[in-house]
Amino acid sequence: MPIAATFEIEYLQFMDADGKLVRDDLPAFARDIRQLVKLYQEMFMVRIFDAKAIALQRTGKLGTYAPCLGHEATYLAIGSAMQEDDCFAPSYREYGVQFHRGVKPRELLMYWGGDERGNDFSGPAHDFAWCVPIGTQCLHAAGAALAFKIRKEPRVAVCTIGDGGSSKADFNSAINVAGAMTLPLVAVIVNNQWAISVPRNAQTGAKTLAQKGIAAGLECIQVDGNDLIAMRYAMDHALKRARNGHGGMVIEAVTYRLSDHTTADDARRYRDQQEVKDAWLREPLRRLKAYLMSLNAWTEEEEATLKEQASKYADAEVNAYLATKTQPLESMFDYTYAELPPDLIAQRDEALAWEKRG
Amino acid sequence: MAQITLIEAVTQALAWEMQHDPSVVVLGEDVGVNGGVFRATQGLIDKFGPERVIDTPLDETTIAGITVGLAAQGMKPVAEAQFEGFIYAMLEQIICHAARFRNRTRGRMTVPAVWRAPWGGGIRAPEHHSEANEALFTNVPGLRVVLPSSPGRAYGLLLAAIRDPDPVIFFEPKRIYRQYKEEVPDDGEALPLDVCFVLRDGSDVTLVTWGAQVKETLEAAEALAKEGISAEVIDVATLKPLDFDTIHESVRKTGRCVIVHEAPRTAGFGAEISARLAEHAMYDLVAPVERVTGYDTHIPLFRLEMKYLPSADKIVAAAKRTLAAS
Repeated sequence: MPIAATFEIEYLQFMDADGKLVRDDLPAFARDIRQLVKLYQEMFMVRIFDAKAIALQRTGKLGTYAPCLGHEATYLAIGSAMQEDDCFAPSYREYGVQFHRGVKPRELLMYWGGDERGNDFSGPAHDFAWCVPIGTQCLHAAGAALAFKIRKEPRVAVCTIGDGGSSKADFNSAINVAGAMTLPLVAVIVNNQWAISVPRNAQTGAKTLAQKGIAAGLECIQVDGNDLIAMRYAMDHALKRARNGHGGMVIEAVTYRLSDHTTADDARRYRDQQEVKDAWLREPLRRLKAYLMSLNAWTEEEEATLKEQASKYADAEVNAYLATKTQPLESMFDYTYAELPPDLIAQRDEALAWEKRG
Repeated sequence: MAQITLIEAVTQALAWEMQHDPSVVVLGEDVGVNGGVFRATQGLIDKFGPERVIDTPLDETTIAGITVGLAAQGMKPVAEAQFEGFIYAMLEQIICHAARFRNRTRGRMTVPAVWRAPWGGGIRAPEHHSEANEALFTNVPGLRVVLPSSPGRAYGLLLAAIRDPDPVIFFEPKRIYRQYKEEVPDDGEALPLDVCFVLRDGSDVTLVTWGAQVKETLEAAEALAKEGISAEVIDVATLKPLDFDTIHESVRKTGRCVIVHEAPRTAGFGAEISARLAEHAMYDLVAPVERVTGYDTHIPLFRLEMKYLPSADKIVAAAKRTLAAS
């Protein structure tokens, strides 16, 4: 019988759960041990920040917060592979990418702490803000990629999406248009196995999420998202080919959400605790640490120092956030339009007058 | 100087702005070689190429979402929804993102985009091709909602919409796309996006409308004049933000107001105008405000659609009721 099309999805891993190399063709960047150590330190910092943020929420000092426990390797791989000129479109827990791109922890806390100024951040001004409606950011990235293509700029747009989000029309629309128009778009599906309470296998009958990109005409790969080296290698490859005009790519980063979905969620209601225990054996920091220690590039003493420094830094950022004064009342009006129409000026005056009443 | 129709004025405005601002791009379904199903983008692909006149995949979600992305990254996209009845798939991107980026980022990232769509009934089209859904958008903070009713205003308001730093919903009354021609100088002169246009001066009753209904409303004013009743006609043109002052000034003079729109009555934009009259013009009014609108039903398929739409007769009758009441 004639075959109209066939496909295979490669699975990429360099380092197993115990930090042992499973292949000997390490990419060049991974031979730079200092760089790996630096990325390990950044992953560690993200984890410290995450714990501090949860503690803030639990003590009433932060609104609902979406932790990223277990996603650190995926995020630092994305952040470190991208150039500053590239454009990032996150969902709402990609702290590792954003820290690496210059967003300050205090700014992330501000948005989740009820202050829009957190989105006027210190990271690249062309990066998109948090995007809560699931999957919609993928089309913003596709639009950015189209702008880069129209202007012939060697830039790439990167979006991240969850396993649940890969079911959304916007994700499928974004990769479809990227294929149709050969756009420089890299879509990373952060498959952490759970979309709040719904498991990965309830999202789709597809064997991998990566293969959704096949239908869109994109190159696709499934990667061990807890393996920093593999994720970074996949990102480098995807960014390079996109930058050179060869089009978009879908990367499925297989990882695990070790935390609740958000601080408003209790994952014990729907998730087998044995599964979580098993996932802790595959988590990204443990394995990178083991690998670095096997090379004598990292010690427990250095880790203790790092922990102290990271805690101090996170505390300073938390304190800066807590010291932030609430925006003035009129700020709710002032960014609705470039220039406020008379109606809104009248409503702002009404609000201010009510505030000042005797 | 050439006489042109409303749809030709749309094309002329798009071409002017693309010629003078390289960041302007047009995107949508069939907007390229085909020039759009109504020919609004006719000839643009020959002048500006497929990089700037972009046929998208057949997916409204795609059009809306990449429009947000393009605008946020320094382009000025003019997206076309092929019909207003297909714009619902775009609502999440328009409401959750286009309208909110400026506020969400404290002004760091904005969406200077236009969504154009042929709008309204009366062209004997299939279901979903005849809606008057402007009120869905007038309730959304951060948007401007514009509805021109003549070739000249289509040209000037579309130029203003493209140049505006915020997202604009630009509905084109398709029933009058080719109804008549007028001289529209291709001079790049925009019209203000925040004023109503007084189309006819009068002293007895104010008729307020927008879009294709301007035609029936002017006919009604003419018929009333024959009976010695002087009607002022206001084309709202930009519904959001609303220039209420012009309407109020007219009602101060006439004491009577009839609001005409083809959208369903309940929570239609006429309700907003009526509420503002109640709030600010109660003592100027000598008769209750009348509304001549579509019914609170779906617009029927085309055998009955003209019975649904406001007619000059219905407007005349409503105006006379306001005169009888005082």
